[in-house]
Amino acid sequence: MSMTVDDVVSRSGDHGHHDHHDHDQEGMKILGFWIFLVSDCLLFATLFATFLVLRTHTAGGPTGKELFEIPGFTAETFALLTSSFTSGLAVMEMRRGNVKRLIGWLIVTALLGLVFVGLEIDEFVKMVSEGATMQRSAFLSAFFTLVGTHGCHVTLGLFWMTAIMFQLARYGINAVTQRKVFIACLYWHFLDVVWVFLFTVVYLMGVM
Amino acid sequence: MSSIKDFASHFFVTGDPLIYGADVSIVLVSLAIVFVLTYYKKWGWLWREWLTTVDHKKIGIMYMIAALLMLFRGGVDALLMRMQLAWPNVHFLKSEHYNEIFTTHGTIMILFMAMPLIFAMMNIAVPLQIGARDVAYPYLNAISFWLFFFGAMLLNLSFVIGGSPNSGWTAYPPLSGLEFNPGPGENFYLLSLSISGIGSLATGINFLVTILKMRAPGMKLMYMPLFTWSVLATCIIIIIAFPVLTVALALLFIDRLAGAHFFTMAAGGNPMMYINLFWIWGHPEVYIVVLPAFGIFSEVVATFSKKTAFGYKSMVASMMLISVISYFTWLHHFFTMGAGADVNTFFAISTMMIGIPTGVKIFNWMFTMYRGRIRLTLPMLWTISFIPCFAIGGATGVMLAVAPADYQYHNSYFLIAHFHQVLIGGVVFGMIAGMYYWWPKMFGFKLDERLGRWAFWFWQIGFYVCFMPQYALGFMGMTRRIYTYPDGLGWGPLNFVSTVGAFLMGVGFIFQVWQIVYSIKYGERDLTGDPWDGRTLEWSIPSPAPHYNFAVIPHVKGPDAWWTMKQEMKKEAAVKVDPAEIKPIHMPKNSGRPFIMSVFFFIAGFGLTFNWIWMGVFGLAGVAICLLLRSFEYDTDYYIPVDEVKRTEAALGRL
Ligand code: HEM
Ligand SMILES: [Cu+2]
Repeated sequence: MSMTVDDVVSRSGDHGHHDHHDHDQEGMKILGFWIFLVSDCLLFATLFATFLVLRTHTAGGPTGKELFEIPGFTAETFALLTSSFTSGLAVMEMRRGNVKRLIGWLIVTALLGLVFVGLEIDEFVKMVSEGATMQRSAFLSAFFTLVGTHGCHVTLGLFWMTAIMFQLARYGINAVTQRKVFIACLYWHFLDVVWVFLFTVVYLMGVM
Repeated sequence: MSSIKDFASHFFVTGDPLIYGADVSIVLVSLAIVFVLTYYKKWGWLWREWLTTVDHKKIGIMYMIAALLMLFRGGVDALLMRMQLAWPNVHFLKSEHYNEIFTTHGTIMILFMAMPLIFAMMNIAVPLQIGARDVAYPYLNAISFWLFFFGAMLLNLSFVIGGSPNSGWTAYPPLSGLEFNPGPGENFYLLSLSISGIGSLATGINFLVTILKMRAPGMKLMYMPLFTWSVLATCIIIIIAFPVLTVALALLFIDRLAGAHFFTMAAGGNPMMYINLFWIWGHPEVYIVVLPAFGIFSEVVATFSKKTAFGYKSMVASMMLISVISYFTWLHHFFTMGAGADVNTFFAISTMMIGIPTGVKIFNWMFTMYRGRIRLTLPMLWTISFIPCFAIGGATGVMLAVAPADYQYHNSYFLIAHFHQVLIGGVVFGMIAGMYYWWPKMFGFKLDERLGRWAFWFWQIGFYVCFMPQYALGFMGMTRRIYTYPDGLGWGPLNFVSTVGAFLMGVGFIFQVWQIVYSIKYGERDLTGDPWDGRTLEWSIPSPAPHYNFAVIPHVKGPDAWWTMKQEMKKEAAVKVDPAEIKPIHMPKNSGRPFIMSVFFFIAGFGLTFNWIWMGVFGLAGVAICLLLRSFEYDTDYYIPVDEVKRTEAALGRL
């Protein structure tokens, strides 16, 4: 993250408010979002805990070792990590005040996110067609829920980013759009970090 | 035709006179509301002033009204249960019906009565206490309220449509799983809690940021009133505990909707996983509801003893300590489920440790009163009565925390007596004290003391008459959640006494309703804004507060900010506003979208309850559109011009 809360706040001068507490309104929203991320972290932690407990409960059904395909989840990882990087570039362009490039990098980020979601759906479809559904065993219930929740977060992020791109095109860079881009990118990095854990705990430990 | 009939008989709950009675009264009340609003042409007023409001004070009042209605509903459930248990072999309720009633009673009392009543007090008092004009996110605050409201509606609907949940307020699988519990009842439980849970989490974040970021200049953390501190601690617990509940409920719902195997008996599911997750939220939840009550007691004791709260720092420290330890005690809810001696010992000790900071607080309240100039007003009466009640409840709690002994009274009436003692003696007494204390600030008049005292004594006597016999019943072997018992066990007389006590509390509640209705007409008006000679900033502004709260944001120089200001100058001078300092005030605009979005949540919840996926998708799409519209909305606030502020303040005699 190349931008701090103070950065965003200090650039909100053009917003044109004069009352003292308005100045940090955008900053306050960022703080609130950080706290939301803490709670989202706990949500994932709970799902991870459930997965770890149920990991071995395959009830005679397929195991991770039989199901996970290394090229598939490696490609997913690659797409998502790269998109995190490009979202960082987007924020950098925002600091330079270049709307066009900012939107450009956001589009690249979203496309990579789309690739990620596509690969994940493809993986799920393959597993289901092989009879590895979430009704098959507790292990698979936990797998689909944990990975699927992350996938839903990413999908939501895509819609969100798209909405912000339209706003950037319309209003340019101002205190409000700046804060929105910043928060969306924060969210994106967060999903990336969660994926690193998913990759390790679910996939790597699964194929080992 | 017959298929419609068939559908209707599954959809509506039939065959019970109580439920037909409820059907009729729901229809009648709805018609009456529609009629009154239409006749007096109040629809526009309702929409503009209340349904679309983002003013924390009005949201607080709506929380309070809704919570009191839920107290009534939960109370009726309680009386029905106590009637059923008054004698041996009673056949007033069927066993199935009894199961539904204890489930909805527990769920409603904790999640739709205690929680919103706390949110009511938070909304009403916290921004005023810290000298702020609003909460950090007023729009989100409205969303929180409406999510709670429609969540509560969803659960209450289950009584007449589809059937109520019946596996206890904890909804343990596999009993609550699809295999043993088909039908929509448990879905109502899961979805209504999820919907209102989103709102609770948002409230936690909202108030944490409000307290951290919106304090008046000069108000250091260590100058904050103790109620605000208690809310801060509560918010931290909410933020950390609620995601766990969300997951537990979601996984159980996935089991039920999609046939997954998290908590089933087959295919590797593990019901204990749910029980752990539930109580990882459930135990901290107890402190979510009781800490704000502690905060209220601290305010009330200080005000009505005319002294600064004794041991302010230790009060703060003990609250923060409680909020941490409460995470390490959850397993005491299932000592008997075979975790092993070492695990049980750990949780027994951590549970007993909570008694230490709590004890510190009790002594601090008593030392505050010691040598104070005590005034026995209603808030003070409720506070004083809380102290012995909570001491007994705490002692029986420690008894329960002794793991080996718990094998004896686990899930017995001893437990029922214990948790009602702390929940009623702590939370309900606290919230009633808070309601009396801040009532003048909310509405501009005091509640009648005489009727209030009648209510007080009925509640107090009723409480001990109802719950003391239950400790004994527990030792005699009566377990919780049984709908009747045979003759000859010797449980009859004690149960009868207990039922009498419950009805005495019911009479107390009626006195309170009477008190409110009476005081609307005859209550003493509060023209000063400071009827109790208070110590904190909410008493420095008029009652009820103008919608911008403070015409000029105060500067705080120490603890008990308002008290110090009053000491420094005469009170009449202290309330005056310097017109030169008034600037345009920045306020958020009202919006109908929180309400509409919550309606969509309700639609989604209702659809998913009946496994009507199309309806669920429709509702969620509505929610998504509302979110999108908000994202594209830039014109969300406005300024109140100086003239208008001056006019308002002049009318209030403050210039
Ligand atoms: C006002 C007087 C009240 C009376 C007379 C009362 C009575 C009862 C009774 C008879 C039961 C069922 C015991 C059983 O059969 O297992 C019960 C359960 C319960 N009550 Fe109350 N109650 C009252 C208030 C409250 C309040 C204020 C709360 C919470 C804030 C509360 C929370 C609960 C809970 C959580 C349960 C357990 C439900 C379950 O087993 O699933 N009650 N109450
Ligand atoms: Cu507990």
